[in-house]
Amino acid sequence: MCRCHVSTRRGFLKGAGACAVVSTLPMSMVELAFADSRRNFTFAYISDSHIQQIKGTQFVRNWDRGLIRAVAETNLLDPKPDFVVFGGDLAQLGKKEEIDHGAAMLAKLDYKYHCVMGEHDYYLDLGEYWSKLFGPHYYSWDHKGVHFVTLNSILTYEDWTHKRWPTAMQRMVEMAGLDNPNGSPFMVGEAQCDWLRKDLENVPKDTPIVLFSHSPIQKIYKGWNFWTEDAEQVQALLQPFDNVTVVYGHVHQIQYNQIGNISFHAVMATAWPWPYPQSYAQAESHLPKLTVPMNRADPFFERDATGWQLIDLDTGRVAMRYNLYNNTNRAVAFNPKTGQPEDTVFQAPQSRIDAQIHY
Amino acid sequence: MMKRHPNTLLLAAWIACAAAASTGTLPGAPVPLGLPPADYPADNPQTPEKIALGQKLFEDKRFSSTGEVSCATCHAVEKAFTDSPLSVSEGIHKLTGTRNAPTVVNSAYFEKLFWDGRSPSLEDQALHPFVNPVEMGLDDHQPILDIVRADPDYARQFRTVFAKSGAAVTMQEVTQAIAAFERTQIAGDSPFDRWYFGGDAGALTEAQKRGFDLFVNQGRCVSCHVVEQTQAIFTDNRFHNVGVGINNIQEDVPGLAAEFLKAEATLSEVDVKVLTDKRTSELGRFAISRGLDDLGSFKTPTLRNVALTAPYMHDGSLKTLREVMEHYNHGGVTREGDPVNDFLSGGIRPLNLTEAQIDDLVAFMEALTSSQYAHSTPPAGSK
Repeated sequence: MCRCHVSTRRGFLKGAGACAVVSTLPMSMVELAFADSRRNFTFAYISDSHIQQIKGTQFVRNWDRGLIRAVAETNLLDPKPDFVVFGGDLAQLGKKEEIDHGAAMLAKLDYKYHCVMGEHDYYLDLGEYWSKLFGPHYYSWDHKGVHFVTLNSILTYEDWTHKRWPTAMQRMVEMAGLDNPNGSPFMVGEAQCDWLRKDLENVPKDTPIVLFSHSPIQKIYKGWNFWTEDAEQVQALLQPFDNVTVVYGHVHQIQYNQIGNISFHAVMATAWPWPYPQSYAQAESHLPKLTVPMNRADPFFERDATGWQLIDLDTGRVAMRYNLYNNTNRAVAFNPKTGQPEDTVFQAPQSRIDAQIHY
Repeated sequence: MMKRHPNTLLLAAWIACAAAASTGTLPGAPVPLGLPPADYPADNPQTPEKIALGQKLFEDKRFSSTGEVSCATCHAVEKAFTDSPLSVSEGIHKLTGTRNAPTVVNSAYFEKLFWDGRSPSLEDQALHPFVNPVEMGLDDHQPILDIVRADPDYARQFRTVFAKSGAAVTMQEVTQAIAAFERTQIAGDSPFDRWYFGGDAGALTEAQKRGFDLFVNQGRCVSCHVVEQTQAIFTDNRFHNVGVGINNIQEDVPGLAAEFLKAEATLSEVDVKVLTDKRTSELGRFAISRGLDDLGSFKTPTLRNVALTAPYMHDGSLKTLREVMEHYNHGGVTREGDPVNDFLSGGIRPLNLTEAQIDDLVAFMEALTSSQYAHSTPPAGSK
């Protein structure tokens, strides 16, 4: 990691409005003239496809179409992204057939891709088959001056995982349920926290850190596991760095937040949208105040309120461009003036499109 | 009270005059059963004289390089303003384009024009076919202006309608007159309208009534071909990939799409490109918007008078209404089992309709023919 490039990025942030960079559609990206433009890069993020076997070779068509379309569109990107991240929940019930079927679709990507573990991939065989195809459950790598980390954030108590359920499939189904009193909160766990502490030891504090997890490393709504039980411990390891972004799946909706030095961004599912907890909560919800919610989905268009993301790091911070079907594309980027991620168009209350309250 | 009579009489005279010039209406005239009042642009008000001028321009073959093609060649009144049974339109020297002529009827209700919506108004739309190399083939619009400025009848009419003559007459006036004529072509009052909005229980057959139930329920048709409580224009004025055209070029999409993503083309470049290159044409609205959501998507056409305008879809590739129903029943593929295109609209999925249900849906389509076209004959082989 070379400091001069980081300071180049900071220079840019002071000198120009970062928002202009991301206000355009994914397809008409603005190239920035950095001193060393080789360091500008983008990557794409696809998540939560929930490939579901009905029986034999029959799978739920709607979920198949979502992943097929996201892959095909990602392949059309120009300029090409450097890599793709798949954000977890490739399968619905962790079955080999589902993971294989999903992997066959991901194999059509023209790019190298990294995978994040989701609870739907994990709780049947504790990630064993997934690991054969996609590698370790948590890992890190460096790319063009940015330190990337992938965590398995959907672990839970040893007792719940190993001692409570008569069958693996029952364990899987219990964890897949929402508002399920038999469920258990997600956590990163001590072993991974120790690994992360060591992994970050030699990373300079001004290196941009981008961390991928399936669940939010913040606490939003426990009943749906929009939650990581030991989020504060993970955040504490990240706070010493100047510039940290956490990107998470699981919530199937646009969310963003800022806690200290850490920016949080959620990504869309390709399968289906979840409603916002505040519109549904039967318990307290801490939907980040910053978030401008999406409008409710049109049930006729199965892809409505689903999508995928193109992310650029031209400013050293994540700028998230949401490719949304049947909807206006959106972009959420770090605003250096306010020190938090903001929707580049709809953040101000007077700029928002009124939410539909009735169909 | 007394003062109103002359006004009413004047209005009646206007309507009579418009009816003589065309089969349409003027603002203030009663709207046909089942249709909303049309929106007339403030800068192009309807007058009987303008409508008559527009019709004359619409039918004038001199505005093509060969003197053989007019607007009416592909939008013929006796074919519900299409060129049925052609699959794609024939311009000068029988050159063919890539798309099936959409009807002018009820275009007053369309928010965007052309199958890919590349034109924002009827006025703008009218500019392009004159200079498209496979339509009317002019190099530019000058020959039109030369004729309308010099021809004594045209010169007199432009003076009356726009108070302009000589060089002051431009394509703006020409296209405004054509658009004004096109806006008179509205048609509702079909058996469906008389049943659904008029309360005439006998206007539809039992099969047609069952077809309507399928139309709004299991067939999912109504989500794009909109029917509302008091009116029905049978389109959502939006664009959808329904698996026609793009299904044939699936392997080529990355290469074709890249051309548009790399460089922004002007509207006239796109106009020529999409009508002269069949494969590019299949990108649909994407060629205009460059939005991934628009790949292979085309405008929802109205279904009014659809029984008269075979063949169907943007490329005229489906010969009968039954073939259209089967295409949708298969979930966006014409031959069952063919690969679904990657960019298919999320609204399109297999419908599990039976043969008898498909018959009922086709019967319902045949109940959408307006009274003024009731005696037109559907093209041979379209049933």
